[in-house]
Amino acid sequence: MTEDFEPRVVGFLCNWCSYAGADLAGTSRIQYPPNIRVIRVMCSGSVDSMYVNRAILEGADAVLIGGCHLGDCHYLNGNYKARRRMVLLKNILTTLGMEPERIWVRWISASEGQRFADTVKEIVDETKKLGPNPMRARWDV
Amino acid sequence: MSDKGIIGAVAVVGGGIAGVQSSLDLADMGFKVYLIEKGPSIGGIMAQLDKTFPTNDCSMCILSPKLVDASRHPNIEIMSLSEVTGVSGEPGNFKVSVHKKARYVDIEKCTSCGECERVCPIKLPNEFEGGLSMRKAAYKAYPQAIPNAFVIDKEGSPGYKGCINCMACVKACKPGAVNHDQKHEDIELDVGAVILAMGAQPFDPSVKREFGYGRYRNVVTSLEFERILSASGPYQGHIKRPGDGAGPKRIAWVQCVGSRDRTVDHEYCSAMCCMYTAKEAVIAKEHEKTIEPTIFYIDVRSYGKDFDRYIERAKVEHGIRYVRSRISEIDELKENGDLLIRYEDENGDLHEETYDMVVLSIGLCMNEGRTKALRDLGLDVNEYGFALSHQKDPVALVRPGIFMAGSFMEPQAIPEAVMQASAAAASAAALLREARGTLATPRKEYPERDVSTEDPRIGIFVCHCGINIGNQVDVPSVVEYARGLKNVVYADENMYTCSEDTQKKIASVIKENRLNRVIVAACTPRTHEPLFKKSLSEAGLNPHLLEMTNIREHCSWVHSDKGLATDKARDLISMTVAKSRMLESIPVLKVDVTQKALVIGGGAAGMVAALSLSDQGYETLLVEKKDRLGGRLNDLRFTVEGIEPADMLKDLIGRIEMNPNLKVMTGSTLMDLSGYVGNYEATIETPDGPVKEKVGAIIITVGADEHVPTTFGYGSDPRIVTQSRMEEDLSKTPPGGISDGETFVFLQCVESRQEGREYCSRTCCMGALKNAIRIKDINPHAEVYILYRDLMTYGFWERFYKKAREQGVVFLQYVPERMPSVKLGDRILVKVNDPLMGEDIPIQADHLVLSSGMVPDPGNDHLAKMLKVPLNQDGFFLEAHVKLRPVDFSTRGVFLAGSCHLPKFLGEAIYQAQAAAARAATILANSTLEAEPNIAVVDEDLCSGCKTCISLCPYTAIDSVIEVKDGFEVVHARVNEGLCQGCGTCVAACPSGAISQRGFKDDQILAMIKALSTCSPGGGE
Ligand code: FES
Repeated sequence: MTEDFEPRVVGFLCNWCSYAGADLAGTSRIQYPPNIRVIRVMCSGSVDSMYVNRAILEGADAVLIGGCHLGDCHYLNGNYKARRRMVLLKNILTTLGMEPERIWVRWISASEGQRFADTVKEIVDETKKLGPNPMRARWDV
Repeated sequence: MSDKGIIGAVAVVGGGIAGVQSSLDLADMGFKVYLIEKGPSIGGIMAQLDKTFPTNDCSMCILSPKLVDASRHPNIEIMSLSEVTGVSGEPGNFKVSVHKKARYVDIEKCTSCGECERVCPIKLPNEFEGGLSMRKAAYKAYPQAIPNAFVIDKEGSPGYKGCINCMACVKACKPGAVNHDQKHEDIELDVGAVILAMGAQPFDPSVKREFGYGRYRNVVTSLEFERILSASGPYQGHIKRPGDGAGPKRIAWVQCVGSRDRTVDHEYCSAMCCMYTAKEAVIAKEHEKTIEPTIFYIDVRSYGKDFDRYIERAKVEHGIRYVRSRISEIDELKENGDLLIRYEDENGDLHEETYDMVVLSIGLCMNEGRTKALRDLGLDVNEYGFALSHQKDPVALVRPGIFMAGSFMEPQAIPEAVMQASAAAASAAALLREARGTLATPRKEYPERDVSTEDPRIGIFVCHCGINIGNQVDVPSVVEYARGLKNVVYADENMYTCSEDTQKKIASVIKENRLNRVIVAACTPRTHEPLFKKSLSEAGLNPHLLEMTNIREHCSWVHSDKGLATDKARDLISMTVAKSRMLESIPVLKVDVTQKALVIGGGAAGMVAALSLSDQGYETLLVEKKDRLGGRLNDLRFTVEGIEPADMLKDLIGRIEMNPNLKVMTGSTLMDLSGYVGNYEATIETPDGPVKEKVGAIIITVGADEHVPTTFGYGSDPRIVTQSRMEEDLSKTPPGGISDGETFVFLQCVESRQEGREYCSRTCCMGALKNAIRIKDINPHAEVYILYRDLMTYGFWERFYKKAREQGVVFLQYVPERMPSVKLGDRILVKVNDPLMGEDIPIQADHLVLSSGMVPDPGNDHLAKMLKVPLNQDGFFLEAHVKLRPVDFSTRGVFLAGSCHLPKFLGEAIYQAQAAAARAATILANSTLEAEPNIAVVDEDLCSGCKTCISLCPYTAIDSVIEVKDGFEVVHARVNEGLCQGCGTCVAACPSGAISQRGFKDDQILAMIKALSTCSPGGGE
């Protein structure tokens, strides 16, 4: 792990809350680290475990799944399903010897621009402590 | 025309944001609209603004899609350079005479290339830029102007000649669009209704000689300063002072110039200046950190949603200095053009300070021309020259069939104008309901090119968004990078990709390069995607072959390091390209619409919304949880604006009972809701048990309640009451019921505008004034004190502030750091700190009235969850966009009005309710609706028939079907396309990978993830 390790974060954000929250961080000009690359999905419930696995395999140092607060999902309960799926996935990753801490599930509403920015900052800080994704270390030269 | 001779067309006069909104709503409901604008282009003052408060959205960015929409709408005919000269006839059947001036340019032929402007030898001051730069006689007001065509100015402006007929432009114009022989025309339009939205006039401060405007070059108006801030403005967004082009450091804003001012006969408040002043100071500081803004003010009227927080941030985070003061004079220092301001502060001390530049925060006013136009139409004007209307139905004018909206009615900010515009549309639609659709032109269907067999040919449009993106992201290098990506055959940059110009460009680029995928790298798809999708359709591409990359909200606005932001923009584009390669056309599906509405909450807003909808011809259900209608109207005893609340309530209930389209359910609540826009199923708990109702649209009007105070001894002493209790007591007090010298103290902002409840309830200052005036009416010798922080008598409410002062009500200001104290005894001892003397003033009171403001209904949380719509941090419902979509939610089909949006006055709740009804009607007017495109599809060969998806689907949109294939019985899942809402839950859960979601297919998302591996890491290694 080097001093200036800059984690690469992938964010799957649901269109209705978290993506809108990220938009609000923008309109409010709340600054946060540029390490995150956002992929917009309609609902956190549509985030397949495979997406997260693939992101880790492709060298992402952390993955954020952002959805509406529990009970607020635009499609009733997609975020409950996402939560269940991610808990399972974390268990599997642990079994495989990967750090489950690389997977973040956060509920961020459309009015929480600050929370989105804080979340990104927190992920980047924590991931820096964790060091680069070992998968990436193996792939990169 | 209908059988009864009603004409299904409306003349909307004035092409500012209000006129445009009215036009769009009416056109979407199926009416023909003539949008009549005096100038060469629509957009009004909003087009000149740099940013809008409180979100700091770029004004042009949010306005431009609306303008483009208006220009493309088949039911809207834009008549520029046109003025109404007369209206005759009667409601439902008017003749409107229009004088249309020659443009000398054929709009159809003009390609907006600008050659005419280049060769034109004549220069005049550019009025769009506030005269800070020059324009030619052949010109276009601004790049995104609609109609998107040049104009030749033959009239000139004071002191400047216009076109000299040199004919250079005729030679230069390749398409032959310039025609100097064009003649003015007089046209007569047949319409059923008229909406006046001509706006108001920015105050000309040169009449206030003490401020030096027009004499000192470094004194500018706030509107001119908007242009100075704008990237497309006279100084390209660099803050300079006009006198010598130097960068100013110390800038002063002077508020209330031409407002709240008896000397110019404008004894009203212009309602938006406090906020735009804070915004200009904040943005100036963002442009140039070294700038030190000072704001000279009387009151800070931050009475809107999130305004208080904005002002707090301006003070605390941006370090903007606020000085409560009165300015006596501004002088120019001859040697360097600096300005010396002399002012008296709140302690009465005199000061002199020097500034590099002074901005005068000007208000709005009527001018003789407008006032005369009103009189010519047979309309009465008020003491300020504005049209007279009544709070009972604020957008209706005395002459039936004529409505109004926007600052033409009263100076105000954008959201109010937009609401009134929709409200006027609703009222016109109700009047003309029988003729709806009779003059409408259906939207053109464009033949779609089949691209399924073509290799991807991707075109990328990267937006500068003025300086919003361009300042933080190196756009040219991003374009260069994009050109190098596989399958990208075109990439270019645009100043504003959302302008109509660029829409035409996108269409021609698609054709020339045979593009079959388009990427717009600009702002968030959540606002602008529909605009660009339409452009694809018009160019013969399936709209779903568009992808947007958000390099503004998610990049340039949140990362200050230009290198890193540019890296990120590149990565985001490369990910989008990866997805774009895999995109497919998505067929358009239609679903039926239940043309019936549900209104939740039977207060004034709910009753008016329900009446408006049913008057427009839609079946409507009004649900109220209490056992009678009326909400807070039941508690309202009297008003200052001449409404008798009891009469009004009786009148509304009478109209509701007589309306065959309207069904009321009292003592009832919404228990459960399923379905989606156009097709909701609501379960309503009624006293007779639950009933199920199908509706197509829903309006929330659940109101708000008076906050019950917990401080200042409330509850411990009957002499301490709230505003509403005082009102009730006063309504029962007979003449002589108050003795001489009986003392009333009103304490404002109790437990409001402070931590925990950081918002202003907007109505309490007027509430106190109303009661104070009533007390003085009952006995002029009673003593009344109002202890306030900022007196929020915005707009024409200011007149009651004046009236109360004249009646001898004493106003004492306090600051929140030194709250007044209360001690109970024989009388109530209230001590308030007087900044003038620096000591406490004791008042012996007989009554203490607490203005505690309004709180949201505790049930909002539950309702919001059921309807899948958001609340803001204070617990009020959060609309889709605070400026331009004030009654919509992001969730299609659900709308809001009244105090559940934010506390407001009766008149405001009424027009907002009508606005919500108009917006709901734009959905209910159609028998079908385009279904959600991003639905799930099952690959039947891969499906194992495990039925996992069926149990997970929140909309029961998936069935299992048994089919015989090759002699075998197979079970597989099938998606009901009308029911699927596109959440993608089934996709993620399918163990066989047999389900995919259109627009978000696995291979598309995985391609984006894969593209990541080549991305730069966040910090750039
Ligand atoms: S839509 Fe946000 S989590 Fe489902």
